[in-house]
Amino acid sequence: MEIQPGSRLRNFHQAKWDEEVIFELSTPGQRGLHIPEVETEISDLVGDGLSSIPAGMRRATAPGLPEVGQMRVLKHYLRLSQQNLGADLNVDIGQGTCTMKYNPKINEKIAASSKAQDIHPHQDESTVQGALRVMYELDLFLREISGLDRFSLQPSSGSQAILTMAAIMHEYHQVRGQADSRDELITTIFSHPSDAAAAAVKGYRIITLYPDEQGMPDVEALKAAVSNRTAGLFITNPEDIGIFNPRIAEFTRIVHEAGGICGYDQANANGILGITRAREADFDLCFFNLHKTFGAPHGCGGPAAGALGATRELAEYLPVPVVSYDGSKYFLDYDVPHTIGKVRSFYGAFPVMLKSYAWILSMGAEGLKEAARIAVLNNNYLLKKITEIAGATSPYTGGKRRIEQVRYSWEELYNETGIDTHDVTRRMADFGFHLWQSHHPFVVPQPFTIEPTESYSKEELDEYLDGLRHVVEEARTEPQTVKSAPHNSVVHRIAESSLDDPEKWAVTWRAFLKKHGKAAAKIRS
Amino acid sequence: MAGGDRVHPYIPNSVPEVKARMLAELGIDDIDTLYEDIPEELRFKGALDIPDGITSEMELERHLENVLSENKTCRESISFLGGGCYQHYVPAVCDEIAGRSEFLTAYAGEPYEDHGRFQALFEYQSLMGELLEMDVVNVPTYDWGQAASTSIRMAGRITGRKVVLVADTISPDRLQVIRTYCEPVMRIELVEHSNLTAGLDMEDLRNRLDDSVAGLYLENPSYFGTLEESGCTIADALHANGSVFIVAVDPLSLGVLAPPSQYGADIACGDIQGLGNHMYFGGALGGFIGTRDEEKYVMEYPSRLFGICKTQRPGEWGFGDVAYGRTSFAVREQGKEFVGTAAALYGISAAVYLSLLGPEGMRELNQNIMQKSQYAMRKLSQLEGVRLRFDAFHFKEFLVDFSATGRTVGEINSALLAQGIFAGKDLGDDFAELEGCALYAVTEVLRREDIDRLVDALRAYLS
Repeated sequence: MEIQPGSRLRNFHQAKWDEEVIFELSTPGQRGLHIPEVETEISDLVGDGLSSIPAGMRRATAPGLPEVGQMRVLKHYLRLSQQNLGADLNVDIGQGTCTMKYNPKINEKIAASSKAQDIHPHQDESTVQGALRVMYELDLFLREISGLDRFSLQPSSGSQAILTMAAIMHEYHQVRGQADSRDELITTIFSHPSDAAAAAVKGYRIITLYPDEQGMPDVEALKAAVSNRTAGLFITNPEDIGIFNPRIAEFTRIVHEAGGICGYDQANANGILGITRAREADFDLCFFNLHKTFGAPHGCGGPAAGALGATRELAEYLPVPVVSYDGSKYFLDYDVPHTIGKVRSFYGAFPVMLKSYAWILSMGAEGLKEAARIAVLNNNYLLKKITEIAGATSPYTGGKRRIEQVRYSWEELYNETGIDTHDVTRRMADFGFHLWQSHHPFVVPQPFTIEPTESYSKEELDEYLDGLRHVVEEARTEPQTVKSAPHNSVVHRIAESSLDDPEKWAVTWRAFLKKHGKAAAKIRS
Repeated sequence: MAGGDRVHPYIPNSVPEVKARMLAELGIDDIDTLYEDIPEELRFKGALDIPDGITSEMELERHLENVLSENKTCRESISFLGGGCYQHYVPAVCDEIAGRSEFLTAYAGEPYEDHGRFQALFEYQSLMGELLEMDVVNVPTYDWGQAASTSIRMAGRITGRKVVLVADTISPDRLQVIRTYCEPVMRIELVEHSNLTAGLDMEDLRNRLDDSVAGLYLENPSYFGTLEESGCTIADALHANGSVFIVAVDPLSLGVLAPPSQYGADIACGDIQGLGNHMYFGGALGGFIGTRDEEKYVMEYPSRLFGICKTQRPGEWGFGDVAYGRTSFAVREQGKEFVGTAAALYGISAAVYLSLLGPEGMRELNQNIMQKSQYAMRKLSQLEGVRLRFDAFHFKEFLVDFSATGRTVGEINSALLAQGIFAGKDLGDDFAELEGCALYAVTEVLRREDIDRLVDALRAYLS
């Protein structure tokens, strides 16, 4: 369908280089990099360095890596980068729950300095005072934002922070002699899948609460779920559908009365910075995704950080070390009486911490709150506009406001046209937009989740809306165009079924050649 | 509004007229109305004790440079630090690609708009597969510790057994990570090492093998830098017991050294920091796991596995998730452990790194490191009272025993620090029997004169 006059939609086509797999570019003898030769004094003393390798520990054949000149390697990966749609290029509001906000370039520039890159975790503390100060002050900032008393920056994603919460919860009950009897963790279906999955890694049996008719976590279901087997509750608020649970303090009270620990997954914090905190809702633990709310980039899926806060009582269980300050110097502090030990080597994802520290410094207290307020304004603006599109709904609205994101549904569109949420997603790619369905299971039928953050202008939000309207119109007028999408993206619909077939799947090039033969690799001929 | 009355550069819709238009669209006067569902008693009433925003980029840069100027880097010094984070050279092309907006700021796009990320990470898996001679490698996990933990949990699920033996020549840091991930579902038991070579104590291993043992986790090179020579014997003992052999390996060593698969490992794991990623205070880690392409192994990975496939259009490569249904994204706590954001960008740097070096570059790199570390070992052991703790082949790290010098490692390291040398990590705190020993790492970035400076400084200090 032609783009309608007046539409902001772009006549987009993503870069398509038809680029080979790196192994196809190999020419024996080509080199991408030279390693310096050792000084003669060294080889005179120790020889070739290889002769003393024990028998059987030398590899039989050289690794089958490709041999490619430097410029071609560069070009290859540059082309792959062009075949990827980063947030910097995109109106990246279609990845709800992930807070795809602007990642300031100045923070990248600082993080790329030698003073940040070239420090080793075992250096003497006197030589890393700058890094330790960043970590210490970031902890202080996050204490303010959450109202809790101390943060560990060691967990390196939200999911790892959840595992850390589970480990702390386990140790807490262990100290009280109840670790074995308290073996149940309660969460909600609109909390991230890892709230259930990472807790299960620690051996917990998971009880998942489903929403009531208003979309709220069901407080009656919670009352029925708690018992002397309850270890704790891990929950988001606002939940992934974007509704703030006003009875959250009742949830924490019920769990506390049952003897459990309350952990707050604050992946969805971007709309409530400076508005409401873990402290007011009486949580014992909480974590922030620094790569979401606090402006650090997502890096195609990491590095990341899940900064984990605790009340004074539970701070005694945090991973070691934490960073302390004695009035003249910063130091790595291992004096944490009930520490769970470690969840990650060293101290956490330092570059992520540094970028978020820079982001908070740029925003200041007022800027943090303004970011939250504008994120909420943008979201509610989109909510109004999207629900005006026939075929799109926002289940559970019931007159309620949404905070920073909304889980919508294409169910009406699907019933009317047969176009489902995956079809819409693929067609949106044709206009340079990413649209994500939602986490499984699809409790909201034909779901999609949109989170605009504070970063995008009204014009950009309107452009995205034009994209949704266009695809919905096509679903009615020429559904085949939507069904067979994408058309203007890097590639066409993939043959997904082979990815679930052990006979056919290939996770490496060598596996592909073994299963499908060299002839299959010559895809162009 | 941050920055006085000015609109913050990162918040375009703060412009009063824009805000007013959007509010009018919603039929309300104030953004506060949008928060009406948050009860009064949950509202934060105070002011955040966070400094005013430094909204000028120029001033922010100055401030951050000032903070970081308190760091003294390994490039400004001579560093012999290792122990899981290494100063290897990072080629300029790695930084160029890892810094590309398209990769840096992407996240979770579909195989269409994010084709590039899927292909780059498939290539990462494939390049690692060549190093490891294994057909399945995952999208990077957080770090070595987590990769080791997941390998152990995989062994537990594959065998239906609960005990995993861990060779005790492991970093204490990593052992703590493993305990956090694995206990109480699995039980971790340590296997002792030879006091002479740091090799696995085969007798202790054999005594511990029974039908409760899911597998053995062994680091090769060990935390002490020593190479285990009995891989095949260990593998035979484990396989005869129905147990899985997990070997953690430094991928940088595989230009010349045998990959674990060559001596019978079922699962290989480790860290990719050294493959084109900077040290970042130990913050740029990424874990890898590799196995054979057998369904019983593949279906136990928690991680994303990107696969290559065809598309509807002849002549196109497509990429997507292999066996997605096993992940926690698909089935929450019914999935294998959990999956989420970890270290994908470092996998892309590692792909670029391995593509640049190729087989010959990896061989040269290995030889360079081995020659330099052997040179350092030889020179250091010639100093009076200084000896090497273990008699074994070392790749790039080794334990120097100063206990006969009359000086503590702490004293020695302070003296060297004053001369701009970051000396090896003191292992006495973590291993009682290694009092007086320090872990030294030598990589390709050190020159002969750097090593000589260390030796000269030590000679002067100890005499």
